[in-house]
Amino acid sequence: MKNQRLQRVLVTSASSLLAVFVALCICAVILLITGKDPIQAYSTLFGAAGDIKVLQGTLNRATPLMISAAAVAIGFKMNLFNIGVEGQMRVALLATAVAGAAVDLPAPLHILFCLVVAMATGAIWAAFAGWLKVKRGVNEVISTIMLNFVALSLVAWAFDSFFTADSAPGVLLVKTKELPPSAWFPDIVDRRLNGMFFIAVLVLVLFYVLVWKTKFGFQLRASGANAGAARVTGVNPKRMVMISMLMSGALAGLVGMRALLGDVHAYQNNLAEQQGFNGIAVALLGRNHPLGIFISALLFGYLGEASGRLQLEDIPKEITTIMTGIIVLAVVIINEAVKRWDDKRIQHKAALALATRVVAQ
Amino acid sequence: MSENSESRSGPLAVELHGISKSFPGVIANHSIELMVRSGTIHAIVGENGAGKSTLMKTLYGMHQPDAGTITVNGQQIQFRNPTEAIAAGIGMVHQHFMLADNLTIIENIILGAEPTDNRGRINFGAARERIEALMTSLGATFDPGTNVSELGVGQRQRVEILKVLYRGAKILILDEPTAVLVPQEVEELFETLKRLVLDGSTVIFISHKLDEVLTYCDEITVMRQGTTVAHTTPTQVDRRTLAQLMVGSDLPDPSGRETKVGEDIRLQVLGLNVASEIPGAKLALQDINVTVHSGEIVGIAGVEGNGQFELCEAILGLRPKLSGTISVDGSELSGSDTRTRREMGLSYIAFDRHREGLLLDAPLWENTFLGREENAALTNGPFISRGKIEADCRSIIKRFGVLTPSEHVPAFALSGGNQQKLVVGREMASDPKILLAAHPTRGVDVGAQAAIWDELRHARDNGLGVLLISADLEELIGLSDRILVMFDGHITAELDPNTATPEMLGTYMTGGEIVTSL
Repeated sequence: MKNQRLQRVLVTSASSLLAVFVALCICAVILLITGKDPIQAYSTLFGAAGDIKVLQGTLNRATPLMISAAAVAIGFKMNLFNIGVEGQMRVALLATAVAGAAVDLPAPLHILFCLVVAMATGAIWAAFAGWLKVKRGVNEVISTIMLNFVALSLVAWAFDSFFTADSAPGVLLVKTKELPPSAWFPDIVDRRLNGMFFIAVLVLVLFYVLVWKTKFGFQLRASGANAGAARVTGVNPKRMVMISMLMSGALAGLVGMRALLGDVHAYQNNLAEQQGFNGIAVALLGRNHPLGIFISALLFGYLGEASGRLQLEDIPKEITTIMTGIIVLAVVIINEAVKRWDDKRIQHKAALALATRVVAQ
Repeated sequence: MSENSESRSGPLAVELHGISKSFPGVIANHSIELMVRSGTIHAIVGENGAGKSTLMKTLYGMHQPDAGTITVNGQQIQFRNPTEAIAAGIGMVHQHFMLADNLTIIENIILGAEPTDNRGRINFGAARERIEALMTSLGATFDPGTNVSELGVGQRQRVEILKVLYRGAKILILDEPTAVLVPQEVEELFETLKRLVLDGSTVIFISHKLDEVLTYCDEITVMRQGTTVAHTTPTQVDRRTLAQLMVGSDLPDPSGRETKVGEDIRLQVLGLNVASEIPGAKLALQDINVTVHSGEIVGIAGVEGNGQFELCEAILGLRPKLSGTISVDGSELSGSDTRTRREMGLSYIAFDRHREGLLLDAPLWENTFLGREENAALTNGPFISRGKIEADCRSIIKRFGVLTPSEHVPAFALSGGNQQKLVVGREMASDPKILLAAHPTRGVDVGAQAAIWDELRHARDNGLGVLLISADLEELIGLSDRILVMFDGHITAELDPNTATPEMLGTYMTGGEIVTSL
């Protein structure tokens, strides 16, 4: 019955592809309305795929998206919607920039130290939302959104008040004290592709193993699939909420590390901005599966990287942002429709298989 | 029952003729005949699963019958949805209150039917006037400006009734309205209903508590196994006859068993008290004592909602107890969590396989693994051993005769009977010492039922202790070594299946007392 699993994979991928296709069509209409030629726009957009520099940039942009999508997906697997990846990431960014600049360690240890600080602070920030849900029954969607605002303001205040370093005369951009080079995450291709890409791939592999291959992952998925059934077998729902929130927050802490350790090497306003939110879209399109997330992150990374070329043709590059938004909407609608159709198909097939078996006897 | 021309006089408010309704694989209602005279309180009694709720949903337009006619006030009508039923003057008071706690009584009542002035603003003055008039006719005395959160259970129910009257209902359906009330509130409710009837309304009252029905209702229709079996009045029957009509008179002989009940006490519950989930309501369980020996099946008879669910949850450690002790194989369970209790040899066939038994979207092999994550034969350290789990699932499928193309299909693709066999198989696969089996054969076909019964008997012969919760008398008498009857959170009787009669069971299950006459 490998055949059956293959069919499920095909149906799932087909529905995501269909969503992307629908989004392209709607964007073409938008381009037409604004008086631009969609064929020209798309050939410019997708014509860039042959350029090695664009591909390197794509992987680089996909790196934080993969991690943040994994952070969202681990919550989704048990019906927890962590919208707070952005806030958790921001808290972790400032904490890591400050802590990383304050210690002196040999290179690999220094990087490891920074990653651990990032994960710990992200997890602590997410723990507030988990605690509120477990103890007070506060819906995590509300609390994580609210905690995003708290995180943004708190970090901005702390940064301005305590952690800005003296900048060179004439430079307006304020930053924290720069991290020593021992904390810099090495590039694979100089200034184009950072080594954090491998960490992101590792995160996805570990995510897969944890969720699909371990006892804990099974309990996580069971709680998400039917909390009532998991509860009567003794899976403690509160404990599962807390653990998955902590893991989601720890991954959220890693999201900004490519920008911090691999690029800017200090905290500044707007660092890694929006990468926490974009992970939600990537997780949705990737159907919360590591392979799907990987492919979706590449697609979104590519759209971001190639959008610059549109401006050369006098086409606003914001069209790719619109496209991203429409993809997300299309995914949600099409997935549901396809699931209903597929459920009926499976039920029918099972009934048919049994009927023929009875006749054969 | 006997046809009495006197009881059939007067105009009919509701007339159902030949109503049938089936859901995939199940016939919920067939050949229903119901005649409700205008200006009466008409009771519909029957066991759980007798089809009362399905019938009322048909009348309220929540689904359409496959066959038959509905006549309201002499006019034949088809309801496509509840809105059309409300327009025809039919109102439903649900068993579970549908009130917003943070709104006032007025706001709750007018919600969705707000009187507005010509500028679209809500006319609270007019609403209050109308509600106060309705309250006077009901004999209700509370201030309609109070928040619903401040009301007790009985008052909330009064608000639900007002809600229905406010929408112009002249025919009220009450679905087991006394299930959550204490005796005094029950009396108040019936006073209210009597006033309504005097004002010309008609009340259809669904219940399984025979004493209430006999005391307060004008006419009675009895349902059994999806159809109406009798139409009578309280003057024509006594509670014994009514109980017999409700449960049917043919009971199977308890099948003789060759093996003996063991000596070891597998499960012991002593002095168990459990609070209700509804604040201010009476206790869900009161002073429960149950002992199950090895190789013994103890049946718990009772209409659903009389504490059986709370008993299972308390034994499993899913619900806190106020006092009392629960022990399995001699060890007290206080302080151990559900998973530990299961590992001590407790297994559970849940009341509702969809809500608490299965992961419907997940393949069968994941479903048979659920709850057995600590089984070393199916795992490898922290990892699951997919191959071994699948093989284990195949053996459960084979042993319990689950009809499925393979262990990879999702559980929703199976028929109800096969889903249940899978659940039973999973719970038996962990070699439990004590099995809590709640309605193990509900909603399954005859073949699956026989297979599950055989498995239970077989496991019992091998020393398993079973607490069998059921409303099916055939199942209880056919399997149990002893039968305890639960009513209203108490154990009201202990019966020997060899001598128990349907009247006895019916009487105890519906809250009656048996006077031993010499």
